[in-house]
Amino acid sequence: MWIEDRLMDTQERIGYRLMDLYDTNGYNRYRMSKFEEYDLYSRNRDFLLSENVITFTDTNGRLMAMKPDVTLSIVKNMKDAGRDIRKLYYYEHVYRAADETEGFREQTQVGLECMGQISAACISGVLTLAARSLQLCSEHSVLEISHLGILKTVTDELSGEHPEIKTSLLHCVSEKNTHGITDICREAGIEAGKEETLQRLIGLYGSPEKVLEELHVFPESAKLKEMISELEHAVSGIRSAQEQLNRHIIIDFSATEDLRYYNGIAFKGFIEGIPESVLSGGQYDGLMRRMGRKDQAIGFAVFLNRLERLREGESHA
Amino acid sequence: MLNIALPKGRLGEQVYGLFARAGFECPAVLENSRKLIFENAETGVRYFWVKPSDVAIYVARGAADIGVAGKDILLEYRPDVYELLDLKLGKCRMAVAGPAGFTDRKEQTLRVATKFSRIAREYYAGQGRDIDIIHLNGSIEIAPILGLTDVIVDIVETGKTLKENHLEVLETIVPISARLIANKSGFKFKTDAIQRLTNGLRKEVDGN
Repeated sequence: MWIEDRLMDTQERIGYRLMDLYDTNGYNRYRMSKFEEYDLYSRNRDFLLSENVITFTDTNGRLMAMKPDVTLSIVKNMKDAGRDIRKLYYYEHVYRAADETEGFREQTQVGLECMGQISAACISGVLTLAARSLQLCSEHSVLEISHLGILKTVTDELSGEHPEIKTSLLHCVSEKNTHGITDICREAGIEAGKEETLQRLIGLYGSPEKVLEELHVFPESAKLKEMISELEHAVSGIRSAQEQLNRHIIIDFSATEDLRYYNGIAFKGFIEGIPESVLSGGQYDGLMRRMGRKDQAIGFAVFLNRLERLREGESHA
Repeated sequence: MLNIALPKGRLGEQVYGLFARAGFECPAVLENSRKLIFENAETGVRYFWVKPSDVAIYVARGAADIGVAGKDILLEYRPDVYELLDLKLGKCRMAVAGPAGFTDRKEQTLRVATKFSRIAREYYAGQGRDIDIIHLNGSIEIAPILGLTDVIVDIVETGKTLKENHLEVLETIVPISARLIANKSGFKFKTDAIQRLTNGLRKEVDGN
């Protein structure tokens, strides 16, 4: 049965087109219940975008929650893939309150997860699908890519064994706040000038060609070199998949995530005229370890609610 | 077109001066009129005056690409924006103030009056001190005089108002000044103009 576009709103239209894109690229639909035991979220509070969760007591007395997140449920319910790669996509509603004043809202997410032994090709594949997802929403889109390993190495050198300093520094990174980094370092008694490498790193911004060239003149260490080459492979993989996507890719180290859960490549998607990111993702081996899993994993979600006001005629869907 | 939200008032006028010298002029901004929005197609800017505490909302929600907001507002409301530059204007500090000679008797919950609940809560949480926050919207200084609270957490510029009310600064929490902020999405699509503006402003600020 063919369903006419006029029967669907922008979110639904884009949602179905995205599912079609993931399906034709070898991903399988994953469906889940609206509820999960609350314990799952209380143990992984920091992973959630918002700490507020709607809870209720089920008929059997168990404390349940309306799902505030999809990835945690998938990680909890899937077994390790071992040598294989598991490719899943979903279309789900989640329930979150951005802050105390705004109240709970239902949000619709379409996304995918790739679990198993994550190779460079696998990372490029996910990034390509992220860039294509954005293009499907609008021609005027940008996928910003960062490498959390590079960011962590440079930040660790500065903060040493002080987790509070590291947290403050990473917050400044996400704000592109170079003067804030100087203030934190002076207050912590860190020798003047030591912060320059981190400041230069977040000052790098632009096309992969430009940024990668600038990255090669960074202080050399075998570890950093290896991660820079990982980033290089990831972005060149997108280009070989689809040359025209390259002009929609930028490297920006201010795209951060919680380093306890995420590692390696992290990325966010933006569409002109929409003030917040509409796509967010990254590699989350840290979460997998915390949940007792051996697999590696990478994935992303598209926030369909944020596409509600996408200008008429702009969507390619 | 770069949309810029300026804080209404004396600070906003100073800020506009910096922007104009950095090459983003729009002379109509300083005309004495009731207009709130001003455009200059030549320099590609559209300025608008908004309440200082609202600038961050306009920027975070994308109605403005760029804005100038006090660090106090950024710390209190945590808008998800880039903080590109410290403009070093409107300098003051966030401080704890109380009656002259006040000593905190740790066996009691400390009562704190403030407009900046989050900043106060986080500051005292960092010290492990139990406090009772009383959120007020103005005339904070009156709270300890009337016995409503023990201390206040507020912005102190010269300390004159405190002195006139027999209060003094007990601790400084954080220095405050005006910051250049940008919408994260806007930055991606107007990168050249925003970077040109930031670099121009940086030269102006460093030159002062």
